[in-house]
Amino acid sequence: MSDVVLDVQNLRVEFPTRKGILTAVDDISLQIRQGEILGMVGESGAGKSMTGMSILGLLEPPGRIAAGTIHLSGDRIDDLDDTAMQSIRGRRIGAIFQDPLTSLNPLFRVGDQLVETIRLHTDLDKSAARERAKDLMREVGIPAVEERIDNYPHQFSGGMRQRIVIALALCAEPELIVADEPTTALDVSIQAQITALLKRLCRERGTAVMLVTHDMGVIAETADRVAVMYAGRLAEVGTVDDVVRRPKHPYTSGLMGSIPSLRKDVAELQMIPGSMPRLNAIPPGCAFNPRCGHAGPRCHRDIPRIDSTHTGAACWLGTKGEVA
Amino acid sequence: MIAFLLKRTANAAFVMLAVALLAFVIFRFFGDPVEMMVNEQATLQDRVELRERLGLNDSFVVQYTRFVTNAVQGDFGISYRNQQDVMVLIKDRFPATFELVLVATVISLVVGIPAGVITAVYRDSRLANILQLSSIVGVSLPSFVVGILLILAFSVSLGWLPAFGRGETVDIGWWSSGLLTPSGRAALILPAISLSTFQVTLVMRLVRAEMLETLRADYIKFARARGVPTARVQWRHALRNCLMPVITLTGMQIGNLIAFALVTETVFQWPGMGMLFIQAVTFVDIPVMAAYLMIVSFIFVVLNTLVDITYAWVDPRLRDDTARANG
Repeated sequence: MSDVVLDVQNLRVEFPTRKGILTAVDDISLQIRQGEILGMVGESGAGKSMTGMSILGLLEPPGRIAAGTIHLSGDRIDDLDDTAMQSIRGRRIGAIFQDPLTSLNPLFRVGDQLVETIRLHTDLDKSAARERAKDLMREVGIPAVEERIDNYPHQFSGGMRQRIVIALALCAEPELIVADEPTTALDVSIQAQITALLKRLCRERGTAVMLVTHDMGVIAETADRVAVMYAGRLAEVGTVDDVVRRPKHPYTSGLMGSIPSLRKDVAELQMIPGSMPRLNAIPPGCAFNPRCGHAGPRCHRDIPRIDSTHTGAACWLGTKGEVA
Repeated sequence: MIAFLLKRTANAAFVMLAVALLAFVIFRFFGDPVEMMVNEQATLQDRVELRERLGLNDSFVVQYTRFVTNAVQGDFGISYRNQQDVMVLIKDRFPATFELVLVATVISLVVGIPAGVITAVYRDSRLANILQLSSIVGVSLPSFVVGILLILAFSVSLGWLPAFGRGETVDIGWWSSGLLTPSGRAALILPAISLSTFQVTLVMRLVRAEMLETLRADYIKFARARGVPTARVQWRHALRNCLMPVITLTGMQIGNLIAFALVTETVFQWPGMGMLFIQAVTFVDIPVMAAYLMIVSFIFVVLNTLVDITYAWVDPRLRDDTARANG
């Protein structure tokens, strides 16, 4: 287990509000190994981005980590202050955000933003950092780098901007990249290029990736393992193959059934009835029980958890008769 | 960029022509210039001759063209009151007003911008609350009250700074500067502070509002995710995105300051254009008033144009449209 880059144990993220404490992330444990891409899927508000932000130490106040630990290559990082986190963000954890159109500062040349990040995290001088910035831009597939390095973000297309964001995430060769919906804002044709690029670069470097998305297609193409989140909890964790082909959790099966396919001629898409509960109205027991066709008395009583192997489904259905 | 400059300059010229028309109408139709110039004993014959000599019998268009042609050459006629060239009067007074406004603007930016950032970044701190509270006081107090209070405190009670006048000045060409002598600088402090009080609070509130907005932007969060230190994120990445409205405001306000410095100039007996204008109004000295109108408008128009050009300089997105248009 020495190659575990990210180790999250029993993470809980809370938002104190006037009406009481909302639990956005509830008791999540997951691990990502070197060179592994873990996909995090779930509906909006399931807590997947929130998990990513707590790893980066960028939770918006009043959000806070209420319980659990986060270790990065063996170093605990969830209890660091902001100054200490500054030297981890960008250096040991890179980030890619959803919207490349707004991730870059419009008033600074892309080269300056790259050089700034490189110089913050390495000892390179200005001209060496600029050379490194050019190399990175070439690596992420920007043409005519010599010219483009002095362009402003608005002079690039969305896909090109996301490539630059990836270059920014890779500046200091981080151990982990948190990619929060990196392709959601892009055209479908560009999405595949960007995911392929991300996958290749991380494979080459052995970078671990947490790929947050709601797009099962992206997960199936890119990730090694996948974690399904529902209402702040993990519903199922496993290899992409297992989760996509042999989903164990009724929510995961419902999720797979609701993906349109071009090949199969399905008369009507399956859908999960109802919607995800709001954070202040999560039912007792399994959070999915109001929408689940298999729910038994136990599902309304006890919260199911994934066992300590960190693989499998958080569902009482696993063993026959146990839902009763 | 050149097309942009040409377009802006043409706009500016058009505005100035319109202002000149206004100034000319005032000049021509508020009272009879001949009545103002001749003495009591002048005969009707004298008056008709003078009218002919001044070209007042020419058509409106001819007179307007002559007015504009003269104005472009800096000739606004002769003051009724002291029979001096109006342009000479204004040349004498302009440096005083300009230096006052310049220093007041610098104060408003140097104090207002950091105060705005601080109140936005440390929102609930004691310092931010004190700044916010004093900004309300600053906005509410009329500048002549501030001026009188400053005189009372620093000139009358403490005796540190002069209460009126410009102190010693040094002539650089036709420009008489008070910035180069100790007494000139001392005399400048109180009026400049008094003139800038309102400005400081305006800049501070604007920067604060813009900062609060900008700090929520994705690129700020992303800058933090890149590991950029918090202070650098705030003072470099966020502040630069807030400066656009500050530039507009400052540009516009410099014009306002020049126009409304007359209150401060009156309180501090500052020998600037404001004082000149007040005197001109008292004596219905229309050439001076018309010239003042033209010059203040000219300053407004020039500043507006400069502000637009500065926009293009600060925000590359605006620059690019014209760059692309030029191929």
